[in-house]
Amino acid sequence: MGDISVDQLAEDCYAIVAENAGQKKVKAGDLQKAMAAKYGDQIGRADVKAAIKQLMDSGRTVYGYFGGSSIELPHKEAAENQ
Amino acid sequence: MADELKTPLLDELEKGPWPSFVTDIKSMAETKEMPRDLLRQLEKSYEDKRGYWKHGGLVGVMGYGGGVIGRYSALPEEFPGVSHFHTVRVNQPSGWFYTSDAMREIIDIWDAHGSGLYNMHGSTGDMVLLGTRTEELEPTFQALTEKGWDLGGSGSDLRTPSNCVGPARCENACYDTMEMAYQLTHNYQDELHRPMFNYKFKIKMSGCPNDCTASIARSDMAVIGIWKDDIKVDKEEFAKYIDDGFNVKEFVVEKCPTQCISVEGKEISIDNSNCVKCMHCINRMPKALSVGDEKGFAINIGAKAPIVEGALFAQSIIPFMQIKDGDYAGLYDLIERIWEFWDEHGMARERIGEFIERVSLATFLEGVGLEPLPTMVKAPRDNPYIFYEEYFADEDAGEGEE
Ligand code: SF4
Ligand code: SF4
Repeated sequence: MGDISVDQLAEDCYAIVAENAGQKKVKAGDLQKAMAAKYGDQIGRADVKAAIKQLMDSGRTVYGYFGGSSIELPHKEAAENQ
Repeated sequence: MADELKTPLLDELEKGPWPSFVTDIKSMAETKEMPRDLLRQLEKSYEDKRGYWKHGGLVGVMGYGGGVIGRYSALPEEFPGVSHFHTVRVNQPSGWFYTSDAMREIIDIWDAHGSGLYNMHGSTGDMVLLGTRTEELEPTFQALTEKGWDLGGSGSDLRTPSNCVGPARCENACYDTMEMAYQLTHNYQDELHRPMFNYKFKIKMSGCPNDCTASIARSDMAVIGIWKDDIKVDKEEFAKYIDDGFNVKEFVVEKCPTQCISVEGKEISIDNSNCVKCMHCINRMPKALSVGDEKGFAINIGAKAPIVEGALFAQSIIPFMQIKDGDYAGLYDLIERIWEFWDEHGMARERIGEFIERVSLATFLEGVGLEPLPTMVKAPRDNPYIFYEEYFADEDAGEGEE
């Protein structure tokens, strides 16, 4: 990995998830593609995986499922009961 | 306890000679609200002819994107016991071998944190713990991991790898299915717990072509044990089958799909070059015939159940491979090339079999760097007007096809 830190990638990924919140389900593959487009050879797939892991472990994002798995901001599900 | 449990429609399912899930759940309904309201809600579903579950969407344990299937009752006021009814998948041990202590551990954890109901096992292989509340998920996970258990896969991830008992109990095993499942599970923890694929990906391992895990029909990647050399014959044991009056002609020779077995008196000969390893003769005469010595496995890709598109059978892509000295690098490399190509070019909710159907096998093979082989031919070509040699010759000469 070059000069791009996992922290930086996590911020970039978070921004994409936040921007799309409530509109489009963002998948891990979408983030891989977006980061590859932005940083090219400076990063690898493992770096983006590490960034997603960091977002999940910190609780800033959560996994969602609606037909397929997605990465989302924590929120209350419409189906959720008290 | 609240009102008397009245379930006349469900009671019908207790009649007859078979074990009944209604009886099982009733045995717990005396002491727990969750199984009790589960029966009451199900009775209402039967009365009204409609389901009352809502898919939970977003529940799980911190950091994991799989292992929990969220579910809520659509009638929480009427059935508060099943207001939340999430399912937890627990990664089963290789080959489904448990000690009784291990079973008790799971049961105690689920009695403390969930409904106490479970399935052994789900279709992917996991132990399926049925019914708990959102606030009990983290404590359940903690209790499980403290005892060395882990959650299985769900969603668009690698599903829990599963395998037949293989060499642990079966002389037909052509590779160590238990070890392979263990290694894959450990090597791909990230892919198992953090959904990153277009859709689910199942790997099942069977030690021989009997395929006791039904991998050829039910997994995206079927790893099936196979041998390369000749079927082994124990002549004395074969003679005993004849002496005992076993009708070899009717039950074996005539049933061989390629008709490659012949028997003269008490002697059997097999034209191994024409054997398609169907296992029939070995299954019928296990004392006399056995799998060869040069053992390994074949890799088949793309099976799935008929949910979105029709059902697909797996397609052979590697006819023979071996693990030598515990080195899984070659297998990992292949799996990762497949995932990468599918990830890059697949569509959301597209299983790998559907992906291959869409892009064509030739494109897939090129994308993952595999050579086409005769074993990959699904059916003989049925268009007599294409002559490949001429086609390529014309192309070389820069002439277009008519
Ligand atoms: S698939 Fe073959 S090796 Fe595995 S348990 Fe069945 S018969 Fe035995
Ligand atoms: S394994 Fe099947 S194909 Fe091969 S010899 Fe036996 S019956 Fe024939």
